[in-house]
Amino acid sequence: MAAALELKGVHKSFGKTAIINGVDLAIEKGERHAVIGPNGAGKSTLFNLISGRFPVTSGTISLNGQPITGLQPQQINHRGLARSFQITNIFPKLSVFENLRCAVMWSLGYKYSFWQRVGGLKDVRERADELVGMIGLQKRRDTLAGVLSYAEQRALEIGITIGGGADVILLDEPTAGMSNTETADAVALIRNVTVGKTLVMVEHDMSVVFGLADRISVLVYGQVIATGTPQEIRGNKAVQEAYLGAEVE
Amino acid sequence: MSVMFSWRRLLVWAATAAVMIVAPLVFTQGFAVSMLSQMGIAIIFALSYNMLLGQTGMLSFGHAVYFGLGAFFSAHALNAIGAGTFGWPVSLLPLIGGVAGLVFGVIFGYVTTKHSGTPFAMISLGIAEMVAACSLMFPSFFGGEGGISTDRVVGEAVMGITFGPSLQVYYLIAAWCFVCMIAMFALTQTPLGRMANAVRDNPERARFVGYNPTRVRFLMLSLAGFFAGIAGALEVINFELITAERLGTVASGNVLLMAFIGGIGHFYGPIIGAVLVTFLQSALSNYTQAWLLYFGLFFLVMILFAPGGIASLITLHKPVVQTRMLGRLALPYVAAAASAAVLMLGLVALVEMLYHIETKAEQVGTVMSLFGRQLDAATAQPWIVAAIILIAGGGLLAFVGRFVRSAWNDVTVAANQAKGA
Repeated sequence: MAAALELKGVHKSFGKTAIINGVDLAIEKGERHAVIGPNGAGKSTLFNLISGRFPVTSGTISLNGQPITGLQPQQINHRGLARSFQITNIFPKLSVFENLRCAVMWSLGYKYSFWQRVGGLKDVRERADELVGMIGLQKRRDTLAGVLSYAEQRALEIGITIGGGADVILLDEPTAGMSNTETADAVALIRNVTVGKTLVMVEHDMSVVFGLADRISVLVYGQVIATGTPQEIRGNKAVQEAYLGAEVE
Repeated sequence: MSVMFSWRRLLVWAATAAVMIVAPLVFTQGFAVSMLSQMGIAIIFALSYNMLLGQTGMLSFGHAVYFGLGAFFSAHALNAIGAGTFGWPVSLLPLIGGVAGLVFGVIFGYVTTKHSGTPFAMISLGIAEMVAACSLMFPSFFGGEGGISTDRVVGEAVMGITFGPSLQVYYLIAAWCFVCMIAMFALTQTPLGRMANAVRDNPERARFVGYNPTRVRFLMLSLAGFFAGIAGALEVINFELITAERLGTVASGNVLLMAFIGGIGHFYGPIIGAVLVTFLQSALSNYTQAWLLYFGLFFLVMILFAPGGIASLITLHKPVVQTRMLGRLALPYVAAAASAAVLMLGLVALVEMLYHIETKAEQVGTVMSLFGRQLDAATAQPWIVAAIILIAGGGLLAFVGRFVRSAWNDVTVAANQAKGA
């Protein structure tokens, strides 16, 4: 069976600066995979390459066995991959409900329709309302997304990401900047909404990483120096030297 | 909860239709029907413009291109109908204009919508200039400086309707205007219409939920071209003449002003803007040569004090009206209006005297009549009086402004409390 997401020899340079230096990575279906690494290791860039935000300099990326290298973000999304952003990336002047409605319309097949009334599309409304419930924003349903609290916006960000029903979900630092209780809520939410899906996440909070991930990859200077279960990563000498040493224990 | 069917919305549309039907029966002055017809055309045009600016976030400086090309194609079609070479009812001529606008929307949209923001605005300006240049290069199609004239009274009368009398033309325009208003409103309620808002707010995020922002902008511009073309065809029926200046950048700027003054953040904003601007332009130009200057000042004041347009002012007052506190603002508002009137009296006097001296004094002398009084603009006294009135008005307004502000703050605080309770 093909991996949910597979990267082979992926390089990315901005001008002469190489950010990603030959990444090989295979993520199995249904796996929760965390990408960790020091600041500037290229974690967000890796996400931007996978999701089509930036083109790769060389190498190939495939999704469920199909090549997606060089495709536009929306084309990759149509093939079943969705992502969230490190810096909250929502539709600020639309309500929570409308944000989620935008996220579900394509996957339900309405595309660019200008002959159907969106209010009359029962499946769109029900799916969007289901998402409102999943991310716990029922009371904020008709509030403009731009005036939500930070934690609420982060929850909405996750709601938009999973809205299209993609089976590979990329979350870029979903708990960054949250308090402990907010982080616990976010972890529960992520666990809940990614059941049966493949999750790849960039995260700095080690309790989140070790609590959620089935496997972990460590990215340092644009290269994966280790991939393995949380236990293996904890015991890996190279990882401890390069990165974890100071932060764990 | 999502409302499947809204009685309130139906009521608003019914009231709109009633106003459009009754308007020419109430305003029976000679120029009124013509002005109402122009308003109907302007409403379609301004709403179609706001499909770009307000709904999709595309600042276009060339929207009159679609209006104008739609108009020229309709003018030629109307002439062909008149010559008997083309069988088509005059009442459906706007469809011809609409299709022409749509076709050019598709062509130019394909080129321009790959970009957004400032590059899009610049390219739209370039296309406007290019089409304006073409209009000089192809006089057989665009009719040179004289334009293309035509005759709307062609074909057989259907149920006695010849479109000869301007009232019949008004009702044709009103009917098209009403249908277009509903169609453009309905469009905002479709998946494409909702995604247009999403692309306006955050094109990048739209990509990652599966939508290509370029495609959304392209479709919106093509459809906006369709409605602009309909407006252009109605213009041809109304004036029986179309000149190349109607597709130039001045006309494009004018529709921008209409949408902006009315308020681009609300669907009905451009309707208000179109009605108001059309009224000001024809009413002011009847009274004074300096109307363009007054219009510019009006626009300036609007942008400075109500950047969201008139529609945003209405929205701002909604909670005040709902909590029945508008009465508490009445006195401050009346006082402010009175002070503003004094200020304007002084300003208008100065401007009119200046205009008289600069443009008319050589022919008719320096004596002029202003506000029903005879005065000599070459003497110092009227200038001093006008300046004193201007300064007094300004001082009054500054003084009253403080009361308006404090009354407004009190009322909004009270309205919020009443809502919270």
